[in-house]
Amino acid sequence: MGIIEERRAAAVLLAAGLLVTTAACGGGSDKKSDDGTGTPAAKDKGKTVELSFWDWDPNMDKVVAKWNAAHPGIHVKLSNPAGGDQLVAKMITAHEAKNGPDIAKVEYQSLPALVSKGVVRDITEYTKDTVGKFDQPTLKSTVFEGKVYGIPQDVAPLMLFYRADLFKKYGLAVPTTWEQYAAEAKTLRSKAPKSYLTNFDAADPGWFTGLAQQAGADWWTTSGTTWKVDIAGAATAKVANYWQGLVDDGTIAKNPSFSPQWNKQMNDGTLLTWISGAWAPAQIGGIAPATKGKWAVAPLPAWTAGDATTGIWGGSATTVTSDSEHPAEAAEFASWLNTDDAAVTEQVKQINVYPAATAGRSLPVLQAAPAFFPNQPDFYAQVKKVAPSARSFQMWGPNVTVTFTGYTDNFGKALQNGSSFTGALSAMQNATVADMKKLGFTVG
Amino acid sequence: MARRRTAARGTGGFPYLLVLPAVLLFAAFVVAPGVYALLLSFQRRKVNGGLLGGGTHTVWAGLANYRDVLGDSDLWSGVGRMLVLGAITVPGTVFFALLFAVLLDMERTRLKRVTRLTIFLPYAVPGVIASLMWGFLYLPATSPIGGDRVDFFGSTAVFFSVANVAVWGAVGFNMIVIYTALRALPAELYESARLDGATEWQIVLRIKVPLVMPAVVMCCLFTVLAALQVFNEPNTLKPLSNAVTSTWVPLMKIYDDAFGNSDIHTAAATSVVLTVAALAVSFVTARVIQSRVQQEAK
Repeated sequence: MGIIEERRAAAVLLAAGLLVTTAACGGGSDKKSDDGTGTPAAKDKGKTVELSFWDWDPNMDKVVAKWNAAHPGIHVKLSNPAGGDQLVAKMITAHEAKNGPDIAKVEYQSLPALVSKGVVRDITEYTKDTVGKFDQPTLKSTVFEGKVYGIPQDVAPLMLFYRADLFKKYGLAVPTTWEQYAAEAKTLRSKAPKSYLTNFDAADPGWFTGLAQQAGADWWTTSGTTWKVDIAGAATAKVANYWQGLVDDGTIAKNPSFSPQWNKQMNDGTLLTWISGAWAPAQIGGIAPATKGKWAVAPLPAWTAGDATTGIWGGSATTVTSDSEHPAEAAEFASWLNTDDAAVTEQVKQINVYPAATAGRSLPVLQAAPAFFPNQPDFYAQVKKVAPSARSFQMWGPNVTVTFTGYTDNFGKALQNGSSFTGALSAMQNATVADMKKLGFTVG
Repeated sequence: MARRRTAARGTGGFPYLLVLPAVLLFAAFVVAPGVYALLLSFQRRKVNGGLLGGGTHTVWAGLANYRDVLGDSDLWSGVGRMLVLGAITVPGTVFFALLFAVLLDMERTRLKRVTRLTIFLPYAVPGVIASLMWGFLYLPATSPIGGDRVDFFGSTAVFFSVANVAVWGAVGFNMIVIYTALRALPAELYESARLDGATEWQIVLRIKVPLVMPAVVMCCLFTVLAALQVFNEPNTLKPLSNAVTSTWVPLMKIYDDAFGNSDIHTAAATSVVLTVAALAVSFVTARVIQSRVQQEAK
């Protein structure tokens, strides 16, 4: 019995193995014939240009459909292989294999890394008119050494999102300074021992980076071809020490965001504020659907009263890859997507982006509140007010993923063991510099 | 006799034909990528120059990657955590597998089929799903098992929390292996033992367990190999707490190097080191098993 069973199993395995090999061979030859005849033929005849576009925005298909309807000569095919950092990894791998897309959405902090790896193309010659439609602070994120590497899609100034209903219930004031924020956090603990004003998130570095920018930090600066890395400097240390104080005496929670635990806390009113980018309304809608109409937005608290400076969390550019065979058409699409009124309006409606283009910020669609914030019709007016004083670093480094992994690991450890936040900053600094030197960058 | 010989001659090439697909698959999906990884591990990526690097090129690095990998304290802490996890999962899995197999084999046990299936079922749940499910059970806000009073992600507790997911998933399979070995033992042995006045537990400890020892030892080997490759459970639990870092166990470090930091060369060197270590461990374990089994036979 046992032996027969075993043989049967072996036979099944063998058959499966044969299937796999034949399937693999079949797949391979199919692909070859496609590549051999499909692409060049289309190119020779000068027919419709096919562009592939990688983007993870929900509802981007509706925006792309508008383009395809209006531009019969250039057909854009949208796919969503991954989001954020994972898409960056995919783009690098695809570039090695020479089968990357023509166009891709890239977050600002990842752009220098993709330029340094030769994945993203210089599109200066195709975008001479387009760049005039953005202000200089916005262009700083996509123009390096005078060359254009992407068209900005959105910017997301860091703001304070708070539960208006619970602030009223517990008699809290909306803080305008960090000192006041800490005081309100303590008041809340005494009035509602199970609630926290916020959580210190060690999982996603975005908000902390934005806070460092607000405090005046420049993690990377350049002069000539030399980089200077300053992650553990005085400005960032000020931010780290402030939050360490709140974590150490239990004033705020310390579990990671974007986890089931956090979703529940956001939903049931355990957490009363979220320091986040202007894209937050769409996110909260998914995370805490029970809280519709209960949130409001305010400017980020300041270090000195009256200072409007804030940081940035997120924001992306539309880029053209160096593997694209149709860079002119791809750049045309990228320009249309981010400067055409109809395209930008559709993105505000569908994706809740805050437009990067100067004219885009005055579109009528921004008069309405985001669907999840029906109680705040002046939402975009608030964003528009702080947007000009949102500052980023002089430039993002060429290996931000190493820095960000360093944030997650070292701040996670500090929260777990109660060790110092400034120690975590030093570890991030060392890991970043070591990796840049290993890759061959000049670090001063 | 003569007929048998001709038959054997007639099928001379047939066995080779039968193993051919396996050999081809092995060559294509194990040997070739292995050789490529070895090649990558001796190389390194450098930027071409200028502020933004202006593209990259690959340079020969000799043993530099290996020097970096072996001198990396993150890797060694990861190996340490892997060993701690293994020290819980290996004895835990084998003990519970043996216990359940023996209990199922007892005549008094009722509902055998249902129980066997219930214990086996977790093995059919993919590791990532199992880890997510346990993650929900552990998290204070969602825990129905007292996560609001016990910190399942405490610095010590996290090892047991991760190991628990692995043991839960592996016990069923190992139990079936041991149970099958138990069912293959002749019933006469038990009859004569009972005639000699042995109690049920004496039969278990003096007859059953020693006789299924080869199966138990094989389960040990399976579990040791699984412990060396631990990845799914900690990697899935990572975003849920601050307790698990991106280099928590060696395979997570390799993953992070390759896909987080896009440094495929360091990842390749670490993989080679880990593979050599794993081969050495399985070789030693297999030798120990062989000598054990031979002793049992004597």
